[in-house]
Amino acid sequence: MTDRILTTRMEAHPEDSNTIERFEATEGYGTLRKALSEMTPDQILEEVKAANLRGRGGAGFPAGVKWGFLAPVAPRYLVINGDESEPGTFKDRQLLERDPHQLIEGIILSSFALGVNQAFIYIRGEYARPARRVQHAVDEAYAAGYLGDDILGSGFSLDITVHLGGGAYICGEETALLNSLEGRRGEPRLKPPFPAVEGLYAKPTIVNNVETISNIPWIVANGGAAYDAIGPEGSRGTRLFSLSGHVERPGNYEVVMGMSWRDMIYDIGGGIRDGKDLKCWIPGGASAPWFLPEVLDEPVTLDDTGRLGSMLGSGAVIVMDETTNVVAAALSVVRFFSHESCGQCTPCREGTMWLQRILERIVSGNGRPADLDLLLDICDNISPGLRWPPAQTTICPLGPSAVSPITSIMTHFRPEVEAMIRQGAPAGV
Amino acid sequence: MTWSQETLSRAEEILGRYPERRSAVMPLLYLAMREEGGLTLDGMRQVAEHTGLTPVQVESVASFYTMYKDAGVGKYVVSVCTSISCHLLGGDDVLAAIADEADLAPGEIDGDGVLFVEKAECIGACGGAPAVQVNYELVEGVEPDAGRRLCRWLIDDQPSVVGSDAMQAKFGGQRSFEWGPGESEGAAGPVPAFGPYGTAESVS
Repeated sequence: MTDRILTTRMEAHPEDSNTIERFEATEGYGTLRKALSEMTPDQILEEVKAANLRGRGGAGFPAGVKWGFLAPVAPRYLVINGDESEPGTFKDRQLLERDPHQLIEGIILSSFALGVNQAFIYIRGEYARPARRVQHAVDEAYAAGYLGDDILGSGFSLDITVHLGGGAYICGEETALLNSLEGRRGEPRLKPPFPAVEGLYAKPTIVNNVETISNIPWIVANGGAAYDAIGPEGSRGTRLFSLSGHVERPGNYEVVMGMSWRDMIYDIGGGIRDGKDLKCWIPGGASAPWFLPEVLDEPVTLDDTGRLGSMLGSGAVIVMDETTNVVAAALSVVRFFSHESCGQCTPCREGTMWLQRILERIVSGNGRPADLDLLLDICDNISPGLRWPPAQTTICPLGPSAVSPITSIMTHFRPEVEAMIRQGAPAGV
Repeated sequence: MTWSQETLSRAEEILGRYPERRSAVMPLLYLAMREEGGLTLDGMRQVAEHTGLTPVQVESVASFYTMYKDAGVGKYVVSVCTSISCHLLGGDDVLAAIADEADLAPGEIDGDGVLFVEKAECIGACGGAPAVQVNYELVEGVEPDAGRRLCRWLIDDQPSVVGSDAMQAKFGGQRSFEWGPGESEGAAGPVPAFGPYGTAESVS
């Protein structure tokens, strides 16, 4: 069974997997040639639908279904979301740097299927090196006739523009990204209308993650059914997980989903550093509620992780060992969301700021007994009922994301928080 | 002050890459920063003229994003990540060491206009924590002592172009993943080094 789709080339050819020469020498753009001469756009769309490929950006929405919503109006746009900024996540950076042509072939195939003649790759501003690599690959693809007018004599034309962001996590939210790409503040839009109906310049637009689109060449080459045969139902295909924190071997790992968390952390990640014990981990990026060792034997799938009250999100697994000060860790996560709140919605703008301040005073030894209830009350105003999946009082899910670390430490480590308030900060914090 | 001929032709080229002029605001803000070493009111006025917006609209956009920094931000923006994965592996200590070596509080610039140290949120290098960027060129696996050396190198040597590969070799450790082939380009100022924006230069 196939266990690698995305990282095969970069593993076999670390010295030049980003170049067009290596890409073409390893079957690259062969699928495109075949598809443009032998397939109709609808046939590609059907393969992607049959693959049951779920989006790799965070929400896990089926890509083929999203594509099916695209309104039949011209012009239409495809926008690749390379604004990877969810703390713990660094997988798209590797795909952009190490195999940019795989992404570009995916963009061309997708654009052909969707009737798109202009695509954008939005890359976060701090990813200067990945952006250079991608731009260089785009230039190579133009020079070789894979981009531009009348690609390979097919009559199909496509331009790709690489666009750098300006340092704002919220632009990873698709409507904020579209505003940013239009030259506006990166503030999320109310939905509906969804981008597939009114997106970039109010025209039908598909926004897909870098990893999602990097899977398209394999799916078109091997068929949607072959992809749908990999991994458990609801979590088809391989997935690139970013492992970080207190693991022995941090890094990106492409795996078939369905393994246990124990395998993920102990086999793949090499276990906890310095022989320490595992305290908890975040299964899908900073927005996700935390897991305790009691669920180590649960399978790593989108649906199982959701059933257990969290999410696989962006595929970022952040591991914390027994020595971790969980209140300080929660503060780091909350401070992130407070810093990145766009400010449109009061519960998020004010709530994340107050969550940060209260956690700061607890961590610095000045917490008050009433702070426990106060934290939860603020969280309840941002995300009523504190349930999973979260309710929200805001335009986008950023506010509720800041609630996850608070409910996690309150549910799993409340005595530690209480002790910290009672005794003041432990030495060294 | 009007832009140089080179900047003007770059601006035209960038405008041609978008269906609507307004979309060029963010790239042109980087051009304006490159022209003057940071963002100025005059730079924003130029961007407004090219994109058909009012200066206030341009300022509204610029102020939303963290990477559009005022002129006077210095030659090197040193961004030290303290988000969760870097926090767990000592990012706060790296920030403290760098701030101490530079004798600056985070968010401050030194008197000579050389260094600006900032506490950064996640820069996508979590597998190579703790991570630091200099003018958005990445160094992974930076220990506090290496952070101090990096800081001294910037202050004493003042390299005209900084690139990830050279800094990683000198000051880095654990990486998020194998980086692949080396690169000849880097950043010549506090703007991401990207060819189409004219901000990438050869590392000497």
